[in-house]
Amino acid sequence: MTNKNSLTQKSMSLYPAKTKMQVTIIFFVVLGIYIFSMYKTQEQMVGGFSGALGNMYVVIEKFFPPNFAILSAIWNSMLETIKMAIIATSIAGILTVPLAVLSAQNITTFKPLYYLTRTLLNLLRTIPDLVLAVIFVGLFGVGIFPGILALTVFSLGILAKLISETIESVDMNPLEAMRASGGNVFQVIWYSLVPQVAPQFTSLVLYVFEINIRASVVLGMVGAGGIGLVLNQQLKFYNYPNAMTIIIVIFATVLIIEFISNKLREALL
Amino acid sequence: MIEFKNVGLVYPNGTEGLKNINVKINDGEFVVIVGLSGAGKSTFIRSINRLVTPTSGSLLVDSEDILTYKGKNLRKLRTKVGMIFQNYNLVKRTNVFKNVLAGRLGHTGTLRSIFNLYSKEDKALAYGNLNRVNIAEKLYNRADELSGGQQQRVSIARVLTQKPKYILADEPVASLDPPTSHQVMTYLRKINKEDNITTIVNLHFIDMAMEYADRIIGMRAGEVVFDGPVSEVTEKTFEEIYGRSIREDDLRGGAQE
Repeated sequence: MTNKNSLTQKSMSLYPAKTKMQVTIIFFVVLGIYIFSMYKTQEQMVGGFSGALGNMYVVIEKFFPPNFAILSAIWNSMLETIKMAIIATSIAGILTVPLAVLSAQNITTFKPLYYLTRTLLNLLRTIPDLVLAVIFVGLFGVGIFPGILALTVFSLGILAKLISETIESVDMNPLEAMRASGGNVFQVIWYSLVPQVAPQFTSLVLYVFEINIRASVVLGMVGAGGIGLVLNQQLKFYNYPNAMTIIIVIFATVLIIEFISNKLREALL
Repeated sequence: MIEFKNVGLVYPNGTEGLKNINVKINDGEFVVIVGLSGAGKSTFIRSINRLVTPTSGSLLVDSEDILTYKGKNLRKLRTKVGMIFQNYNLVKRTNVFKNVLAGRLGHTGTLRSIFNLYSKEDKALAYGNLNRVNIAEKLYNRADELSGGQQQRVSIARVLTQKPKYILADEPVASLDPPTSHQVMTYLRKINKEDNITTIVNLHFIDMAMEYADRIIGMRAGEVVFDGPVSEVTEKTFEEIYGRSIREDDLRGGAQE
């Protein structure tokens, strides 16, 4: 009985033989491309993968043990990074409101204005945060201020886009009711649009805040202040135990902030 | 008084919403507009507060042509002409009290309304109107916690808080069950008689139109095909308006005893 069953199972395939053959060929072709490109890339590396593993050992040996003695010295820079992210996110959060409304098709019915803000925001998003930081550091010198500017512009691009899409998905009926009871544009927006998007707005701002913390570390490496700046200095001086401590501190901070903001967002939605 | 003079409306896609409408609605009347969906009832009613704009003719509200209104004039017109919707159109995440106070928006300055600085009188008015439709105990409930009938009563309170001279109701009972429908219509009728507010209601249920209306206007394909007091209306009139015989689903049923 069981034998017969297994036989029927064997002869019945879910896919026709031809499809099976094609998929198998495609699979091996893709695999071949991967292996070929891996081989080619390795040629450019110093010692291939075995070399990388050896290097890894050297790196670990250099980085460990971390020098926790500098904790008190880097604490201020870490706080500076958090401050940068908070200020940038707050400014972006405020500036995003008019931009998001103007780039939402259902609210801004005047087409030229809608296209203008849309295009502006699209342009804003094409500039990488690192490039923004380099530009602002060039303009204002090394420090926290260019960092804040770069983060603000960077997060404004993301936020305005996400929030305008939230606005475009709201229920338009209450807006019609407010208009029908004689409310002006601001009253209609405040009374029927704001309550509908407020939870998502807060959630998105928190999300962008998390992104900003991480981004500000990278921006610090090109001179935009905060912990990234210190990390970059230590790496340049080959002071790996110090650098390791900084990396651990960043890691812990990002984890804690993500945890808090996740809890906040859960409570909101 | 509302007066349609040769009013026509062509939508941008070429559909004719209204064709040469000539209707005069006197103060204090309770008018029910009947017709199949797509007959132009909504377009008719929404022309009066300019949620849609007719493309020809003139529409007089209190002897002023409203078709040229813009900005401030338009908002002033809308404070005078309140509206009730099929889907209640409350702000779901906001509480009942604030939803009702939104009826004062047209009378309140932008800053005052944004910071919730309503006068004592306005708040008392809003609360009183909630009482009139027997839903004052839900004052601080969020609108989405209420049933359909309760939400429609809140929207009636909102429109009353606006202190309108005219009330437009666009299919106010289409999403409700028969007993709740009758309750909502009874409130509308009562308000019409007690406050002498001219009321224009869109309905497609024949029995409800007969029960509550003073006057019935029948529409078909954007034209007024019947206009007369309810006493002149028979089943034959409805067959003419609908262009077919009357069916079971043209009746709401569940009339109050």
